[in-house]
Amino acid sequence: MAGADIKKIADYLVTAEKEKREVKKVTASLKPDLSVEEAYAIQQEIVNMKINEGHRIIGPKMGLTSFAKMKQMKVNEPIYGYVFDYMVINNGGALPFHDLIHPKVEAEIAFVLKEDIEGPGVNGAQVLAKTEYVMPALEIIDSRYENFDFTLPDVIADNASTSRVVFGTSLKKPEGLELDLVGSTLSINGGIKELGAGAAVLGHPAHSVALLANMLSRKGQKLRAGDVILTGGITSAVLINKGDYVTGKFDGLGEVSFHVV
Amino acid sequence: MLTTKIANFANQLQEAEALNKATDPLTSVDPNLTAEEAYLIQLENIKRKVDQGQKIVGKKIGLTSLAMQKLLGVDEPDYGHLLDYMVVENGGSISMKKVLQPRVEAEIAFILKKELKGPNVTALDVILATDYIVPALEIVDSRIKDWKIKLADTIADNASSGYFLLGGKPEKIENVDLELIGMSLTKNGELVNTGVGAAALGNPANCVAWLANRLADFDISLRPGEIILSGALSRAADAQAGDVFTARFAHLGHVTVSFTE
Repeated sequence: MAGADIKKIADYLVTAEKEKREVKKVTASLKPDLSVEEAYAIQQEIVNMKINEGHRIIGPKMGLTSFAKMKQMKVNEPIYGYVFDYMVINNGGALPFHDLIHPKVEAEIAFVLKEDIEGPGVNGAQVLAKTEYVMPALEIIDSRYENFDFTLPDVIADNASTSRVVFGTSLKKPEGLELDLVGSTLSINGGIKELGAGAAVLGHPAHSVALLANMLSRKGQKLRAGDVILTGGITSAVLINKGDYVTGKFDGLGEVSFHVV
Repeated sequence: MLTTKIANFANQLQEAEALNKATDPLTSVDPNLTAEEAYLIQLENIKRKVDQGQKIVGKKIGLTSLAMQKLLGVDEPDYGHLLDYMVVENGGSISMKKVLQPRVEAEIAFILKKELKGPNVTALDVILATDYIVPALEIVDSRIKDWKIKLADTIADNASSGYFLLGGKPEKIENVDLELIGMSLTKNGELVNTGVGAAALGNPANCVAWLANRLADFDISLRPGEIILSGALSRAADAQAGDVFTARFAHLGHVTVSFTE
C-alpha cells in the first residue's frame, strides 16, 4: 500500500473525528482488501498526525479483549489503539455529547507502569511486577463508522474506536489484589446496565498488558514506564445519551463517574 | 386447601422425579395456573418428602436477574426448598443418571444465625441475621421437558432445584462488599462467564430479604442454621458427563463440581 493511500485514509478518519460525522467503513469502497498490517500503518499515521498537532500520548489501550467479542469478530487476537491527552475527562466531570458521534461506555481496569515492558514472551506475573498502580476507568468508545459497522482492519485503522476516558482517582498497588475477581457494575442514571469481573478481560487484566507488550514487540516497540494502559472492557459497551449520569463501581478500587451534557 | 388440581399436578411432578423422566409443562394443561397455586403444589411435594424422612436444610431463590425475569415475563423472583439429599460436597461429582437436564449457576450462600420473619424484612435485617456467607454452585434441573417453563411450572417444580455444593471458606458478611464480589465460572478450564454480586437484584442481601417477606405469605420463617442460596451471579451453563465446573469468588475461595456418566 502506497504512503499516499495511507495518508488519504488517515485523513478520512481524522476528519470524521474532527467533524463528528460518521463515515462508511474503509473496506466498503476506499480499500476493500485492507489488511491488518496496513490498518496498523494507517493507525500509526493518525497517531503521528495527532502528535504533530501537539497532542501527547497517555498510553495504549486494548480492545476486543473478551472471548465472546473475539468469537463474534472471528479473530483470535485483541487489537490496540492509543489514548491522547485531549481524550481524558476528570472523574466526576462532564462529557459534551456534541463532541462525539454515537458514544458507548464500558468499565475497565487501567495499569500505570513503573518500568518498561518489552516483549516477546512477557506474561501476566511479569506485568504485575512492573506495575506501579492499578485504577478503575470508564472508557468511552466512539467508532467513526456508521452504526459501529466495521471489519477487524477497519476498527484497527480507526484507532480502535478510542474516543474519551475517565480515570478513577483512587490508585492501588497491584499486590494483594485479585484483579481477575474484581467485580464491577456499570450504571446509568442509577440502574445497573452491565456487570462482570476482571476475568472477562482475557482471563486476567494483566494478561491483556502482557499480550499488548508481545504484540508491540513485533514492530520493535515496547511499553514504557509511566504509560497508562486501558486493558479492555470488563463489561459490554452501553450506548449513552445526553443527560446520562454514568457510574462504574469496582470492588476494592472505588468508583468512577461522569455525566453527559 | 389441597384441591384435586393441586394434588394431580403434585403427582405429575413427583412421578417425573421418581422415574427421572421429564414431563409436559403444567401450564400446557392449565394455562391459568397461578403462582400461588404453584407454590401450593411445591409445598405439597415438599411435605411428602419430609413425611418420607427427608430434611429441609434451607431455601433457594431463583429468577433474581433482570434477564431471567424478562425471559419469563415476571417482575419478582421465586423460591424453592433445599433438602438434605441435594447436598454434594465441594469437589464432588454428580452422576448424569441422577439428573435430567442440569445447568450450573454460581451463587453466594447465606447461613443464618437468627430467625428472619417477614413482612418488612430489609437487607440490613438480613445482614444482621447472617452468621456467614460461602460460595456455592447450584445445579438447577427441570422436571419439565426441554426447560419449557413458565413461572408457575418452575415454582411448582421446587424452583427447578437439583443439587448444590458449598465451598470456599466461610466469610463474615461485614468483611466484604456483597454488591461487588466478583466471580468467574470455568467449564473444563475455559472461562464460561463472569459475574458480580449485584447481578442478584442489585445485592444478594436484597434477595434474602425478598424471600423472608414472600415466605410470610405462607406463614413460614427463615430459621437459624438455614442455608439460603441467594441467586445466580451469571447465566446458567449446560452440563454434560465429563464436564468440570469451577467458580472462583473474590474473598470467598472456590467451589468445584464434576459430572459423570
